[in-house]
Amino acid sequence: MTRREGKNLFNGLAFTSLWIIGLAVFTAYPVLASLYYSFCDYSILKGAVWSGLENYIELVHDDLFWKSLRNTLVYTALSVPLGTIVALALAMLLNAEVRGKSFFRVVFYLPSIVPIVASSMLWLWILNGQYGLLNGLLGPVLHLFGKTPPAWFTDPTWAKPALVLMSLWGTGNAMVIYLAGLQNVPRELYEAAEIDGATGWRRFWHVTLPSLRPVIYFNVLMGMIGAMQIFTQAFIVSDSANGQTGTFDGAPARSLLFYTIYLFTTAFHDLRMGYASAMAYVLFIIIAALSYLATRLSRDGD
Amino acid sequence: MHSRSPTTRTVTYVLLGLASALFVVPFIWLISTSLKPIEQATSLPPTWIPRAYIATLSGGLRTEVSLDYRVNQSGVVGTLIQGEHQGDRVFLSDEQLAKNPAALRVEYKVLPGWWHVTQRIEKKSGHDQPKWDFLPNERIESHIHLRWRNYPEALSRLDGGTDDQASLQAKHRVSFWRFLGNSLIICVFGVAGTVVSNAIIAYGFARIQWKGRDAFFALTLATMMVPFPVLMVPLYSVFKAFGWIGTLLPLWVPAWFGSAFNIFLMRQFFLGIPEELSEAARIDGCSEWRIFWRIILPLSKPVLATAALFHFLYAWNDFMGPLLYLTRKETFPLSLALQSFQSQVGGVEWHYLMAASAVTTLPVIILFFFAQKTFIRGIATTGSKS
Repeated sequence: MTRREGKNLFNGLAFTSLWIIGLAVFTAYPVLASLYYSFCDYSILKGAVWSGLENYIELVHDDLFWKSLRNTLVYTALSVPLGTIVALALAMLLNAEVRGKSFFRVVFYLPSIVPIVASSMLWLWILNGQYGLLNGLLGPVLHLFGKTPPAWFTDPTWAKPALVLMSLWGTGNAMVIYLAGLQNVPRELYEAAEIDGATGWRRFWHVTLPSLRPVIYFNVLMGMIGAMQIFTQAFIVSDSANGQTGTFDGAPARSLLFYTIYLFTTAFHDLRMGYASAMAYVLFIIIAALSYLATRLSRDGD
Repeated sequence: MHSRSPTTRTVTYVLLGLASALFVVPFIWLISTSLKPIEQATSLPPTWIPRAYIATLSGGLRTEVSLDYRVNQSGVVGTLIQGEHQGDRVFLSDEQLAKNPAALRVEYKVLPGWWHVTQRIEKKSGHDQPKWDFLPNERIESHIHLRWRNYPEALSRLDGGTDDQASLQAKHRVSFWRFLGNSLIICVFGVAGTVVSNAIIAYGFARIQWKGRDAFFALTLATMMVPFPVLMVPLYSVFKAFGWIGTLLPLWVPAWFGSAFNIFLMRQFFLGIPEELSEAARIDGCSEWRIFWRIILPLSKPVLATAALFHFLYAWNDFMGPLLYLTRKETFPLSLALQSFQSQVGGVEWHYLMAASAVTTLPVIILFFFAQKTFIRGIATTGSKS
């Protein structure tokens, strides 16, 4: 090693020293400890005792685990495609050289920065079964057909769709990314398509969509990883449906018992931290598998 | 795109108009509810414009009232002159009177469709019972009135206490300013840490050639794949070992030790700064630290602003962190305080809940209007470069 190389190594390590500590303490240690705990019987009150595969075996037979996984997958399967379509549609509308573009962009973007606790409150109110705005408007219309509107967050059938609706309101972030992506599509491609006589839908399918593929892939991946870990909204809605009981069992009727909610309850309410760690690792594997699948799908089109 | 037909343009504008209405309506409903008296907020069909109702009560008192409900049968209002409730002012329907004739000094007759109204008396004005009456529509006037009073009332009760004297004097009350202060501590210290630490670390990855750097950077990127739930349990025991549970420290100290995403973001930016600038400075005998401080940092304001902004948003929004690590109300940030308020009054005081939600939202909206460019550029770059 030359003197210069040694000096560089020293400088490199010095500049990244904060991260070396941060990575070790706040990421590397927790990742490894969590893996170890997942093979242990562990509560924060007493130490970890090795129990082999017991946690994982118990998971397979745990109905609530399967219920929470199913709930989470259903929510992801609804919210990610719908969110992608809405965000992409809004971006395409904005990309159509309209007047007042920056105004509309602000309108679509703002909801996505509303603190999630505040937007949960707002949607709890809008979707309130009795006095909510939506049912106030829907009620008279449905009444003509002899029907009544659902109670949304307090109805096991409608609680997840209600959360999806809420997530669509916050889709502005993805819209801005799509808009930037649309503006990067080379103009020549559209011109060439026009010469070939491709308009409207054909142009969308053959020019816009293929050019956007990397951006769509990125957004779908991020959206999926986020949706698989849905917590705050569901926690707040569930707590409100339960009425201050202090247990977060995914009310109404466990329809909002999402994976992370069950994990949180297992770890910090039941204090079964080993079992919760096993759940966390299973989630890790599921997310990794889904990401791999999304990556493969995105590349297969080439 | 160009050469669009007038029809296409019209359709585009109609769709944009509809979509933006759907996105704006929830905001309008939030503000509208937060400025209404509670009985208007929970009346059907929904009304958009907050109003005050003024009525002339029996006895000639003209005052603001709340419209409680409409009576669906006729009866009388009067005072009982016999029995154990002697002296009470009551409403008895014709049916009740027929079944169970009571000795009553009748004040007036009530017809179906009249409103039961209650006088609105200012809070803390003593022990007066609010006066009630049954009134026909004609004796009630209304005008547009924004109840800004809901805001201080909501904030003073954000800790879940009530407005009565005993509760106000109790020592365990936590003021709104405390919650706001906690949020600001988490945000400001966190933002400072994010900017300082990630800039230094990213410089080490972007502008210095050292052995093992690229492998270390790959490892750094890989950590972005780890979902938070995997870290949750051991992080809790780490903070417990540090004695940090119940304090704000777990919510901002880690920001001082870098985060993979911000390191990535800043490294990308630093890589774009011409290497010649550094080389010239090195020949002049500048240390790496001086190059970083004097040359790179001044050129990097946009990326520093982006990282600062997004950390502020993250920290202001964060709910799970505070929920995990905080135990006492005095340490709650606004997000957690709002949720715990909802948990206590939820389903009843929607006007207060909306006022408190509006206050929690306002700072990020203001921030957006001051830093719109940074926002849009930040999202666009984070989205397309990854």
